[in-house]
Formats: sequence, C-alpha cells, structure tokens
Amino acid sequence: MNVRRFIYRVLKFAMNISTLLMIYKGLMVVTRSEHPIAVVLREGMEPALYNGDLLFLTNYQEDPIRTGEIIVFKLEGKEIPNVSRVIKVHERQNGTSKFLTKGDNNQVDDRGLYPPGQLWLTRKDVVGRAKGYVPYVGMVTILLNDYPKLKYPALVGLYFLIRRLCKYWASFILHFIPLDVDFDLN
Amino acid sequence: MHSIWTRANAVFAFTLSVLAAMTFAAFLTTAFNDNIAPVVIKSSNAQVKNVPNYSANRAKNDLASLNFDIQVDVSPVFNWNVKQLFLYLVAEYSTPLNPLNQVVLWDKIILRGDSPVVDVSSANPKYYFWDDGNGLLGNDNVTLVLRWNVIPNAGYLPLVQASGSHTVRFPSNYITGKF
Repeated sequence: MNVRRFIYRVLKFAMNISTLLMIYKGLMVVTRSEHPIAVVLREGMEPALYNGDLLFLTNYQEDPIRTGEIIVFKLEGKEIPNVSRVIKVHERQNGTSKFLTKGDNNQVDDRGLYPPGQLWLTRKDVVGRAKGYVPYVGMVTILLNDYPKLKYPALVGLYFLIRRLCKYWASFILHFIPLDVDFDLN
Repeated sequence: MHSIWTRANAVFAFTLSVLAAMTFAAFLTTAFNDNIAPVVIKSSNAQVKNVPNYSANRAKNDLASLNFDIQVDVSPVFNWNVKQLFLYLVAEYSTPLNPLNQVVLWDKIILRGDSPVVDVSSANPKYYFWDDGNGLLGNDNVTLVLRWNVIPNAGYLPLVQASGSHTVRFPSNYITGKF
C-alpha cells in the first residue's frame, strides 16, 4: 500500500465521521434541542415508550408547553434526563409557566423525583419535547451500556454502516453535481 | 468471493433497508391524519373548598371536586400505525393570577385491541383538581376538553383535541368538610 493510498483512506474515514457529526449538529440547529435524539431508559412511560425506544425531540422556546405532551427534562444533580408527560400547566401573564409531570406507568406525579424544594418544572428544565418515535432502535445503546465489551464489534459495524451510507449519499449527490473528482468510495 | 459472511452481510443490510423503508412508509401514510372524533362531556356536583395543599407549597389553595361523564368512540382514530391512545380530560380556565391553567383530571390508556368505546358516568377526578391560588371559587368558565396523544408504531406523536367540550360553573361559596 503506497502512501497516497493510505492518506486517501484516512481522509475518507475522517470525512465519513465528520458527515455524521455534521448531520447531528445540523439536527441540533433545526430542532433547537441540545439532544435532538434520545433513547428511553426508564419504565415510567410504558406502555407508550419502552426501554430502548428512540425519541425525536424539538425544543422551540416560543412554542409553549401544554398538558399531554411527552417531555424530556433534566433535573439538577441528576445525570440522566427523565421522560414524562405534562399533567398540569399554570402560565403567568408574562408567558412564564410552571408545570408538573407524571409518567403514564406511575401512580403518582414526579414531584418525588424533583430535587428537594422544587415543586414545579420550568421551561429551562426541558431538554426537548417528543415529536417522533421509533421503537427498538435505541436498544443498541442500551446493549453497549450493559455490556461494554460489545463496543469494539459495534464500532467496526458502525464503521461499515457509515461507509455504506456515505457511498449511497455520495453517489446520490454526485449524480446531480458533475464534479471532476474521483469519489470512488467502494 | 461470495463467502457465507458476505452473503449474511448482504442479507442483513437488505433486511435493514427494507425495514427502514417500510417504517418510513408507515409514518408517511398516517402523518397527515387529523385523528379527531366527537366526544360528549357532562358534569355535575361542582364544589370548591379552600384547604392547605400539602403536596405543594402548603399554602391554602382552591381544591375542586366534580363528577363527570365522558362518551367517546375512538375507533376512527385507530389505523394500522396506532399502537396506543392516551386519552386525558383537561380542565382549562383562567384566573387573575394565571391567564392559562390546564389541569388533567382523568386519563385512560387505550391499547390496540382494547375496546375503543369509552363510557364513563359520574366519575370522580383521578387526580386532585388543585388551583395555583384561589381562582376556582366562583369561576364560571372552566372548560373540560378531552384530548389524546396518538402513539404510533413508528412516526409522529400528535396531540389531538376531540370535538366537543363542556363548561363548568363553580359555586361562589366554599364548602367545609368532605366533598
């Protein structure tokens, strides 16, 4: 393998990775949520959302929170965000609101989960509101968390998946842009 | 050239692509439904008392009680991409303190295969109807509406309001003792 070919491979890999990163960051801009995609890790919303289901979140600040919405919120001092449903909203004249959540599968509201002294959630606690849902897809991340050794085969798998996707995209895009570049990504 | 692994890989990749395409098709075919159904809501026996809310700030807040009837048939909402409906009854009202209040009084999960007809009569609220302050006394414009969150097999998660609502008038005297 000559140097030129080696550099080409490295660049190709870097491009694949940065494409994924760009898509994720692009989603963050479009949805205005710092976590546009979230995996359900709790049983609180069964039977609507199970462990390992994937949620697509948006977080438009001008769009007010209303009852019935499934929201993802991050509490002070807690690492993992919670998924729950809004059951009470009180909105002041100036537009600020406070709200209370409860998981469909729980008998009581989430006040017990909030930090001591916090009775209500406010807009700043919200990471995103669930707009879309795909089952099972997040299972991979749960498996990776539970069995860390799976990370290495998964990384290899991810690499091949990215390569495959990039091949499709590249051929799709190059179909429309007649570039004078050799983009052979086989 | 065509080892068992290349074949397995090809089959796996193709399966994934087909599943992804089918899932996306299921989303596309149901994303633009309005998911509306008519509902009849009635209520009786509206009462208010003013007691300390120990679940929140321990201040004296208005706590209301009422009995309600709900009649709705959600079978038109169910299509091939509906896993579950989350029905919830909301009391919406405005007070001098908060121009918008929404309190969920009752909810029900209807899974695919469950009976789509809901007929609840003279039920009590499942959750306490606390106001944030004292805005329920004499409030004659508390609207009860039924909404649902459609949980698809995969796709968009819409919130829908059933057509039909009911207005509750609360008396202008507090009661003492039990509801």
